[in-house]
Amino acid sequence: MKLMHNILNKIKPHFEEGGKLQTLYPAYDAFETFLFVPNHTSDSGTHIKDAVDLKRTMVLVIIALIPCLLFGMWNTGYQYFSQLQEGMTGFQDSYTNWEYFFFGLCKVLPLIIVSYVVGLSVEFYFAVKRKHQVNEGYLVTGMLIPLTMPIDVPLWMLALSVVFAVVIGKEVFGGTGMNILNPALTARAFIFFAYPTKMSGDKVWVNQAGSLDGVSGETALGELATLINVDSSNINTSNIFSQFSNDGIYSLSNAFFGIIPGSVGETSVLAILIGACVLLFTGVGSRIIMFSMFFGGLLMAYILNLVGPETNLFMSLPPIHQLCLGGFFFGMVFMATDPVSAAQTTKGKIIYGFLCGVLSILIRIVNPAYPEGVMVAILFMNVMAPLIDHYVVQANINRRLKRIETNE
Amino acid sequence: MDVKITKGVDIKIKGIADRVYANISPSKYYAVKPSDFHLLIPKLIVKVGDSVKAGDVLFHDKNMERIKFTSPVSGVISDIVRGAKRKILEVVIEAGDEIQYKEFEKRNLASLNRNSIIQDLLISGLWPVIRQRPFSTIANPDDEPKAIFISAFDSSPLAPDNDFIFHGDKDLFQLGLDIVSQLCNGTTHLNVDGNSNSAKVFSNAKGVQINNIYGPHPSGNVGVQIHHLAPINKGDVVWYLAPQDVLTIARFFKDGKYDASKIVALTGAKVKKPRYYRIIQGMSITPMIQDNLLDGDKRFISGNVLTGTKINQDGFIGFYDFQISVITEGNYSEFFGWLLPGFHKYSLSRTFFSWLNRKNEYDLDSNTHGEERAFVMSGQYEKYMPIDIFPVHLIKSILIEDIELMENLGIYEVDPEDFALCEFACTSKIPVQQIIRRGLDLIKKECS
Repeated sequence: MKLMHNILNKIKPHFEEGGKLQTLYPAYDAFETFLFVPNHTSDSGTHIKDAVDLKRTMVLVIIALIPCLLFGMWNTGYQYFSQLQEGMTGFQDSYTNWEYFFFGLCKVLPLIIVSYVVGLSVEFYFAVKRKHQVNEGYLVTGMLIPLTMPIDVPLWMLALSVVFAVVIGKEVFGGTGMNILNPALTARAFIFFAYPTKMSGDKVWVNQAGSLDGVSGETALGELATLINVDSSNINTSNIFSQFSNDGIYSLSNAFFGIIPGSVGETSVLAILIGACVLLFTGVGSRIIMFSMFFGGLLMAYILNLVGPETNLFMSLPPIHQLCLGGFFFGMVFMATDPVSAAQTTKGKIIYGFLCGVLSILIRIVNPAYPEGVMVAILFMNVMAPLIDHYVVQANINRRLKRIETNE
Repeated sequence: MDVKITKGVDIKIKGIADRVYANISPSKYYAVKPSDFHLLIPKLIVKVGDSVKAGDVLFHDKNMERIKFTSPVSGVISDIVRGAKRKILEVVIEAGDEIQYKEFEKRNLASLNRNSIIQDLLISGLWPVIRQRPFSTIANPDDEPKAIFISAFDSSPLAPDNDFIFHGDKDLFQLGLDIVSQLCNGTTHLNVDGNSNSAKVFSNAKGVQINNIYGPHPSGNVGVQIHHLAPINKGDVVWYLAPQDVLTIARFFKDGKYDASKIVALTGAKVKKPRYYRIIQGMSITPMIQDNLLDGDKRFISGNVLTGTKINQDGFIGFYDFQISVITEGNYSEFFGWLLPGFHKYSLSRTFFSWLNRKNEYDLDSNTHGEERAFVMSGQYEKYMPIDIFPVHLIKSILIEDIELMENLGIYEVDPEDFALCEFACTSKIPVQQIIRRGLDLIKKECS
């Protein structure tokens, strides 16, 4: 530690003004402050400051993501081997949980490495160009992006989406704290619209599903979307729907524990809720947004369930089961709560979260073109958040103006 | 009236002063610092080597000659310290052995009226104790204030306990209140701490409206109290002063001399024996801290740790301060400080594992614990802002210098000190008080 400090002090002059590597100072600074919380003392305002800083806040989000990440790795292996051996009896005996996990690790790790290396390179480039410090925002974004991707996404595509998200989603607005859209969802939306074959359909959610015959790697929501406007008495339809019953592969318990195909980190509600507990307990994630989004989604699912016509079995799924499928919980806990792109005021957060939930389920069920609506709903509400805040703030302004009038 | 404040927090910092007076031999050096008076441009009257009595004018306000600043002690002007652009920082007086007072005309207390009080305060150099909101500058004697506020308690960290300080000063304080309340046709508010039983000197005061203020810091800030009792709209002016200054005013009218004595608390984790001291305005802190400090790098603050001014080891106490804080200077680097569990760290959030063993007091130092960043977290300031405004939106309106928006968002109701807790808690380490000050200065400049 002392040695580290000495080395840093020794090379520091090269990066400071007048040194040979002066232009790279932000990179040096990022490295130094990564290792050591700097010895800065307050020079204006309060003489004491809270121990928390942005690095601490961001690392807590990453800790909250670990359960999703680990489970996602296991599930990647499990889905691969179970689909591979579909129909063969006793497959559970032939592989251990460690083998599932190790298989998943080998598949997921490259995604994470590519995401961080590419994303941080772009961040450092902008920091050096604009002569500002490297912000910590990408530490979380870089973890979120691979978790929202299908396991088979090509690495170059992932790299491209990361560049798009960091440059267009964030840096053009001025960097961390200035962005309008959630950068991680921007990356996902980029692939979703630019390379739809890699992001939707039935062949991408399980590793190598495309090259194996007879493998159904469809997500639960993909299957459900095929049920819209189809005669429910059709044998094929009821076969599909029976997968959602208690002993089907998309049963409520499977959906809750996450043993279903899907994006790497989104499947397990349990793992996400563990992460949510970390965020809520430490106060890093907004509980207002999480709860209002949950109730918004639940209410919408319940309403559609009530009014759903016989021909639309999608709507007849119980509301809680509906929420446990797809990326609803992942979006609710990790995406909608991004403090920069969400609403900033308390009342605004309630409205924002509620509408995120309502729209997620509405788009998912009513619009068959998008089997999953969470991403689009949150991005849409990101755009709307400043408008919501505007009216909340305006109400405060009007209250103050009214006070003058009543005084006069 | 009762005012209950729910938003805010009392920071658990170590080093509160024991309720005893320490005896010290008075310092030889005293100073009046023009920088204590916000936006003041001083015009010097004296030069180095001049002899002055207590109450003699040292300098006056360049824009309003009537506002004078007088010497707290008698002696010789020993130094005039100047900073960049020859800005006057300190007028230092070397005190003689015994204080000689300038004789002011003694008034019949029964025949005082608003104008005569203002005149007397102006010539004696006592006027600057009265400040105004918005802007927290010295009050303009030509204004008609909407109300006068006296906060009888200080809720800031390690603040001196006025119940202790005012023991036995009941009559003098009442006299001061009678004089001060004549300055305003509106109400004079005396705000007492509702959390504990206030001393009789405050709760039995006559001729003023007594309000009980409940809740954590910043409940003692006049800005917060004004917001709940007599909110400031554009064009309104409210005057305020510290309770000890009420005593000084009373002494002046009673004895006809400028007796600038006051009681201050020496506090902070780096003080061996934190105690109360009877001193004279502007005294050098040297006698108080001599042989009374612990080892290690220290920071000396005139005022409290949230809003005070950094001074040198041989610096002088500020005009509006009743407290000296000495804390650890946090000029150390911490290996992976942001990643380790941090069982001993003080944070208002639960981001460190210190929630496992909460202590009653912490040795908080001046380290910033991280670097400045753009706004990321939301809802953080609101937890510590008992004024009905949107702090972050107000700060952003100041950053883009949109004056109309600032006015709409309520800048007239706030003062930098009301944002001190926000600045303490801020994850992004944004210099909030500085920004608020900049916004207020900008408006002041536009208005004049």
